Amino acid sequence: MSILVNRDTRVICQGITGKVGEFHTRGCLDYGTRMVGGVTPGKGGEKIADLPVFDTVAEAVASTGANATMIFVPPAFAADAILEAVDAGIPLVIAITEGIPVIDMARVMPVVHASKSRLIGPNCPGVITPGQCKIGIMPGYIHTPGHVGVMSRSGTLTYEAVWQLTQLGHGQSTCVGLGGDPLVGSSFIDILALFEADPDTHSILMMGEIGGSAEEEAAEYVKHHVSKPVAAFIAGQTAPPGKRMGHAGAIISGGKGTAEAKLAALRDAGIEIAASPADMGTAMARAIAARKK
Amino acid sequence: MKIHEFQAKDLLRAAGVPVLAGKVARTPEEAAAAFTALGTPVCAVKAQIHAGGRGKGSVIGSSQRGVELAKSAADAARIAKGLLGQTLVTIQTGPEGQVVRQVFVESGCQIERELYCAVLVDRRVGSPVLIASTAGGVDIEEVAAHTPELILSEPFDPDRGLAAYQTRVLAAKLGLPHTSWRAAEQFFRSLTKAFVALDASLLEINPLVLTKDGGMVALDAKMTFDDNALFRHKHIAALRDEAEEEPAETRAAAAGLSYVKLNGTIGCLVNGAGLAMSTMDLVKYHGGEPANFLDVGGGADVKQVTEAFRIILSDKHVKAILVNIFGGIMRCTTIATALVEASKTVGFNVPLVVRLEGTEVEEGKKILATSGTAIITADGLTDAAKKVVAAAAAV
Repeated sequence: MSILVNRDTRVICQGITGKVGEFHTRGCLDYGTRMVGGVTPGKGGEKIADLPVFDTVAEAVASTGANATMIFVPPAFAADAILEAVDAGIPLVIAITEGIPVIDMARVMPVVHASKSRLIGPNCPGVITPGQCKIGIMPGYIHTPGHVGVMSRSGTLTYEAVWQLTQLGHGQSTCVGLGGDPLVGSSFIDILALFEADPDTHSILMMGEIGGSAEEEAAEYVKHHVSKPVAAFIAGQTAPPGKRMGHAGAIISGGKGTAEAKLAALRDAGIEIAASPADMGTAMARAIAARKK
Repeated sequence: MKIHEFQAKDLLRAAGVPVLAGKVARTPEEAAAAFTALGTPVCAVKAQIHAGGRGKGSVIGSSQRGVELAKSAADAARIAKGLLGQTLVTIQTGPEGQVVRQVFVESGCQIERELYCAVLVDRRVGSPVLIASTAGGVDIEEVAAHTPELILSEPFDPDRGLAAYQTRVLAAKLGLPHTSWRAAEQFFRSLTKAFVALDASLLEINPLVLTKDGGMVALDAKMTFDDNALFRHKHIAALRDEAEEEPAETRAAAAGLSYVKLNGTIGCLVNGAGLAMSTMDLVKYHGGEPANFLDVGGGADVKQVTEAFRIILSDKHVKAILVNIFGGIMRCTTIATALVEASKTVGFNVPLVVRLEGTEVEEGKKILATSGTAIITADGLTDAAKKVVAAAAAV
């Protein structure tokens, strides 16, 4: 078991004929993901990495039976690509694209919420169930199958955490990149609920960052609804207020979204805190060990 | 991206949001001429900088406030003289302040009440919202912290905009007289439309004024834009005032890098925003002070990474550099090649600690080892942080 994706997940790539889309489609194929096709309007009938390219998502779904999509469409057109995937009824929509205007996402959100599709991202590394299915841009080899569920608002920070877990001998059930934008399809809470329900996930590691209040909401949720051990790290403890730290969503504004407030909420919920980014794997190990006592 | 008040008001006026007549001035003479041309008995002369709190802020070395009322052309010239070329310190500028390069001379109005309103995207709701409060002209963060019940919030659909009934809900809760409800509807609806049409990330009107004759007018306007949407608003992108920005940040943006200058001594070059923030935290955790946030991103090439090194080295406070790369899309070989390139063309005059992990790590390490470049290699985060803090302290 795992969450969201497994060896049976059938994946298409929207934007497969672009340089980045093609590169990562090949990366996913190399990992063993069941890539079944791609979509680029106007390029229907072509082949990329021996996979059929379709003009529309609906055609791709009808022809391949895809049940997940990985979106690499450029920012100006990415919101439209998400809407198309949702309209085609794809249950899992993973948007990797960085730089989508926030208002475009504000238009997309109600449509996603009213549908049966789940959106992960945008501006995220993707989702991986080690040894089974990788949808996204993360380096596959750092992961190892196991029982820690990992979720994060940042890409490279997730790699760091996963690497530490792997070095310590803690494999991962599924790793989910939520995305660094102000509006993202899935929150920590959404994924916490899935991890809690997944028998193969025994503990949860989350990486948050400054900006917004998603971590505080997650802490509140953990307090009342999560029975598994949880560890967390918050990036941006030294970030100055009012400055956007790379991610569009990583900004302390109006005294809100500080690392201190998030850490306090997480601690209050009984979550094990990683004091330094070098301590993420060991914090998870501490939380697991504490529960075994 | 931020813009000046006078620029925001031009945009709002064009969008049908009521604002007062005003003119921008870059000399005391222009300020006097603006006063005369506006033809009202009283004008406000307002410093134009990319920071709020101007009314309570003052100029270094004098008692000149950032906003002052003028009753004559000579008065306007005197105030402008007290501001132009001077450094204004406000609660938002930090103690170093910001130089005033232009002032905005604006007609006065008869104030009945001061309110607060803002439009922004509420992450929790997942849509834009209009925020309003009876507590106008004051620090809204204080209001939010102490009396959150005074803050009203109405979410709206980007395409439908704020509904007419929502403006009545707000008008009633704000205690506006019935005779002003049409003015409120016009104000709030045009404001929310402008927010969406211009891809703003924040549109703050503080104070929003109910005038003695029952009208609504934006007395101040603070506007910031979604950088990701500037590609479809060339006229807004053209309003960028680089004089208000940190030069190194402007230079980094031009190179497609994400850089924020800080006040420490340890330069950081990292891939990925989360890891870049974490690297700063790590440096601090081990007793150092980060000099910057720098995310080279996932797809940076050798040229961009070389420029990143140049930008870090242009900060004279930097005593050591920490390179922390976890290769995903970014290959360690790209960083290693850029590092060797930068050492040849720029020259490193400070110690360099490098920690590489991820895609093509062995090849990357080999490039560094055979290049002859003087670097301190590190294994893991803690080792890297300890080494760079020690190196900076030794300089």
